[in-house]
Amino acid sequence: MSEQVHHEEAKIRGAFSSRKVFIFAAIGSAVGLGNIWRFPYVAYENGGGAFIIPYLVALLCAGIPFLFLDYSLGHRNRGSAPLSFARLRRGAEGLGWWQVGICFMIAVYYAAVIAWAVRYTFFSIDKAWGSDPEGYFFGDFLQAGDPGVQADLVPGVLIPLVIVWVAVIAIMVAGVQKGIGATSVVFIPILFLAFGVLVVQALLLDGAAQGLDALFTPNWDALTEPGVWGAAFGQIFFSLSIGFGIMITYSSYVHRDTDMTGSGAVVGFANSSFELLAGIGVFAALGFMAQANGVAVSEVASDGIGLAFIAFPTIISEAPAGALIGVLFFASLVIAGLTSLVSVIEVVISAVRDKFEMSRVGAALAVSVPCMIISLIFFSTTSGIFVLDIVDHFINLFGILLVAVVSMLVISWGFRSLPMLADHLNHNGSVHIGTWWRVLISVVAPLALSYILIDQFITDVDTPYEGYPQWMLLTFGWGAAVAVIVFGFLATSVPWRSETSLEAPPSAADTNASRGGS
Amino acid sequence: MGTGAILMMLLAMAVIWGGLVLAIVNLSRSSDTPDVDEVRRDL
Repeated sequence: MSEQVHHEEAKIRGAFSSRKVFIFAAIGSAVGLGNIWRFPYVAYENGGGAFIIPYLVALLCAGIPFLFLDYSLGHRNRGSAPLSFARLRRGAEGLGWWQVGICFMIAVYYAAVIAWAVRYTFFSIDKAWGSDPEGYFFGDFLQAGDPGVQADLVPGVLIPLVIVWVAVIAIMVAGVQKGIGATSVVFIPILFLAFGVLVVQALLLDGAAQGLDALFTPNWDALTEPGVWGAAFGQIFFSLSIGFGIMITYSSYVHRDTDMTGSGAVVGFANSSFELLAGIGVFAALGFMAQANGVAVSEVASDGIGLAFIAFPTIISEAPAGALIGVLFFASLVIAGLTSLVSVIEVVISAVRDKFEMSRVGAALAVSVPCMIISLIFFSTTSGIFVLDIVDHFINLFGILLVAVVSMLVISWGFRSLPMLADHLNHNGSVHIGTWWRVLISVVAPLALSYILIDQFITDVDTPYEGYPQWMLLTFGWGAAVAVIVFGFLATSVPWRSETSLEAPPSAADTNASRGGS
Repeated sequence: MGTGAILMMLLAMAVIWGGLVLAIVNLSRSSDTPDVDEVRRDL
């Protein structure tokens, strides 16, 4: 009976064909640009080797438990983020749409960074940036002017951005298994392999040990600073793709009898494993750069766009086999970014499918094409990088982080649903979750994430982010963060189709309970 | 590299990469659900 139900559901909604495919897709979502360009610098800045302690505490006390929460919502309720929340409690649907709004915004700008990485994969071959990578990136490549909004198109960005979107649309139209699943199963092993080769190359460079020394030398005093613990929780949270609908959506495509806690432990540790590998590769390369220029590692250490598009080109120009390092590095960014981007868009497509009972192809096109058009309008122009920087900062903090804290509090304290969700996970889960999980989700994780949220809120109110004009911050920063909340709650007024049941499907755990256990 | 840095690097590798190996071993002990190859079309 259960198999028949599953097959019917898989036909209607799409499904991953096996646990392995789901795990690869979930790793593909979790391993993104942040693993490569954010983790190494965050670790270096926050205690070096000592950072491993708050990092592990955050992984085990907030990251993996929160992953389990997302899994329980999607896996039990068998729906996109809005449908899963609506099936938990009718009034909670808006939380799901808030997450959908966030994902739409992220998809719009995330594609632009992947497009830059596509170009830089080819630039690496002939080191197109010459002797001035910074001037080349902002000037020749992005043609960035002063902060503001301009409509001047930059063909060098427009063309790769169109290519990225065509690839994404093809994956999304192909569906859950043949699109997302197949892409992940093929490209995630390639990503780990390519990055592994890159790390070996980086370790062979002169000065690599100096870089690793800078990254891993422990500064134990850092452990007494609340900011360092906040950084660890923030890194784990942003890195794992939790709290904004992705894992809810993906877990709804998994067979009802799948061991979700065992799978979650693999996903959580695989994500951190890749981060550690990235830290070693990035700092070995930075150590080479520091030694080649006769400066300390602290003078060349950076993160984000600066690390990828300015520091790495410098390393590629100076290192033996630099072109190989460059191609591997930027191709890794492209793969890591692409598998995350498809997961972000799937949140929106899945929600639209559930709400309007649309076909896969119809929903994929209805979501991806407008997303592509907005992406092209904002990010293939000379002002793209400023808008991107602002939206990214604000939507991460006051979008993802805020909705995560609110939903955790609502689920645990408002609805008191944690025992029921724990029962569901425990039914087939190999990692048994008990009181400890409820305490972590209802107290520890919300406290840690609220600390980061409040701290950042005060900073951003006091000091305009990166000195951008106030009108830009209000429009693309605060405005975007508020817009997704308003959208979320307006979207709930659109009625569900009569064929969509808002009753949670019976969980195997419920069935057994009614039979007196089995 | 200093001794402290080497020790912390090895510790990080042991805990995180070791954790991944343990998680995979644990998962491999529980059987996967039946394959749904025949119904994996997304209609």
